[in-house]
Amino acid sequence: MKDKKKVKILTGNHAAAHALRQAKVEVISAYPITPQSPVVEKISDFINEGKMKAKFLMVESEHSAAAACCAASATGSRVGTATSAHGLMLMYEMLPWASGTRLPIVINLATRSCGAPWSVWDDHSDFIAARDVGWIQIMCEDNQEIYDTNIQAFKIAEDPRVYVPTIVAYDGYILSHTMMPIELEKQENIDGFLPPLNHHINLSDISQVKGVGPVTTPDIIKRAEGTAPGYYEYRYSLQKALENSIEIIKEVHDQFAEKFGRYYGNGLFKTISDEDADTIIFAMGSVSAQARSAIKKLRKLGIKIGLVSLRLFRPFPAIQLREYFKEKKNIIVFDRDIGYGYEGVLCYELKAALYGLKKPPFIKGYIVGLGGRDITDDHLIEGVQKALKQSDEGIISYTTDFLGLKLEELEL
Amino acid sequence: MIKITDVVEEEYINPGTRMCAGCSMALLYRFALKGLGPKTILTVPASCLTVLHGMQGFCTTNVSVLHTPFATTGASASGIVASLEEKGLINEICVVAFAGDGGTADIGIQALSGAAERGTNFIYACYDNEAYMNTGVQRSGSTPLGAFTATTPGGKMKVKKNMPKIMEAHGIPYVATANASYPIDVYEKFKKAREIKGTKYIHILAPCPPGWGYDPKDSIKIGKLANETGFWPLYEIINGKLTLSRDSKRYLDSNKRKPIEEYLSVQKRFKNISMENIERYKDYIITLWNEIEQRIKN
Repeated sequence: MKDKKKVKILTGNHAAAHALRQAKVEVISAYPITPQSPVVEKISDFINEGKMKAKFLMVESEHSAAAACCAASATGSRVGTATSAHGLMLMYEMLPWASGTRLPIVINLATRSCGAPWSVWDDHSDFIAARDVGWIQIMCEDNQEIYDTNIQAFKIAEDPRVYVPTIVAYDGYILSHTMMPIELEKQENIDGFLPPLNHHINLSDISQVKGVGPVTTPDIIKRAEGTAPGYYEYRYSLQKALENSIEIIKEVHDQFAEKFGRYYGNGLFKTISDEDADTIIFAMGSVSAQARSAIKKLRKLGIKIGLVSLRLFRPFPAIQLREYFKEKKNIIVFDRDIGYGYEGVLCYELKAALYGLKKPPFIKGYIVGLGGRDITDDHLIEGVQKALKQSDEGIISYTTDFLGLKLEELEL
Repeated sequence: MIKITDVVEEEYINPGTRMCAGCSMALLYRFALKGLGPKTILTVPASCLTVLHGMQGFCTTNVSVLHTPFATTGASASGIVASLEEKGLINEICVVAFAGDGGTADIGIQALSGAAERGTNFIYACYDNEAYMNTGVQRSGSTPLGAFTATTPGGKMKVKKNMPKIMEAHGIPYVATANASYPIDVYEKFKKAREIKGTKYIHILAPCPPGWGYDPKDSIKIGKLANETGFWPLYEIINGKLTLSRDSKRYLDSNKRKPIEEYLSVQKRFKNISMENIERYKDYIITLWNEIEQRIKN
């Protein structure tokens, strides 16, 4: 009999909630924030209806949510949660704590801009702000990818070669509140793919006395009982785990693709209509989704253009991107974020990755869609055309150009 | 009433901790852990306890400890409890959060309040040395009136935050005060709290030689004076009912209380305390005990 898949029409938030249910997350600790809240509301329903056995803690702040996640993980449970913007900002102290303790927690991030001024709408500022805390960060482009990536994320984070917490991000409202058909896999197939957590820290085993997260010194400590690493060695091992995780992220992605028939490029980034393209748009999440539409129009204008949609933001797949881009002529980067005081973060990350190429491509970056400002095909087309003109003229600029600004209308 | 010979012989703190000479927290911790026994998981925030627990790779206690950032003690305990509940181990293993007064009354109060409101099944213990001692004696919400600290060079203008009262307002089943100078009382209270379901709060006064300014040999004496002057009465509030503990009962009679000056004058931190503030201490003690008397009568 043919194994018929169950297709449901779900929002991105509910896709995440279903994935957390099917990943058999054991402890969830969360605090409500727009636009993430439907994730934890749905999980509450699952638990209330007996469809999920997890222990659910609705705590009094995101800082506590993240702290309780860390503690539950250190007690040996599989832990997941969700947040957005200010929630992630409030969790911030706990982020390097989780990665430093090597706790394989998965946080779903429905992206949102950070105040002030208040904005509940989408951009990638929150996602970008979690860049330097030692987490794996994956950006999704549609609701199926949210579901699939969550399942993969636990397998990646819990791999004994990794043990690094992971953020699975998706654009607030654009995905979090938009319904799409999702293939939900059978529970036994998910179980076959994702084994139970085998944690390297498990305080619930009281026969093993441990001090988890103690004071460290600048140097190693030698005593009669043994030698213990210093902070420097702990952090070195985190960096190495992140570097090595790129291969494991690919491996898990490929296993998933083989088992379930869905894949996302090479697991690190997706390439779209790039076969003959010498000009490439580089973007992620909702910006990539819009660029898919824009490149069709640009091609009609005779521009040989493709798209690279970044999936894995941290660890940054610099070697793989460098290999991919070494023969390309022009790259136009659209950032739905900004490294304030410099330029779009994807733009300068990519520039750094391509440093030292013999014939480096021309790279031009634009800021788009902060605070939920609509990104249209026209904006992206305008950006590409301006950039190609600069490329032809050999102009390299370090100014940040914003597309879709309406300063003129304000001045009227 | 138990005797010192009734206290379990097992030690849960190994020799060679990094505590200061005369540290009363190390003493109360020793007796608390004896009362709790081996089936215990500890979580501690940044505090002198972080130092006691030793450096990387080694654990000073014979029970596990999860270190956690300053503001998170209540949440950290909540996470451990949730995990143990999910595993069906919560009736076997006792989760104990142990924090200083700054970690409790100031930066950690939100997480503690949340954990108590959720009825989290754990013990929260605050060892109160009345300032941020681990970072060099800065004032906390628990620093008493008139006390000199590095950030109150003229003496603190405000009174000590009443944490036991705040915790009682959460409607939790067990609130107790204790004092490092009465270690058997500490032992008994932890032993008792372990057997009660829900959130238990124990607030322990912990004299600190460098922070309070006295000779390390006098820690026990100073702690006893806090009780004998009526400044820090020992009591338990079980399901809302207050009972004075053995070592404080006699001070219900105000004539038995020593003058507060005997407590204040032996600590350098009160060297410049004003007469006006000494009067405020006297008023405070009278009000405190009147309230206790009323509660016992009812």
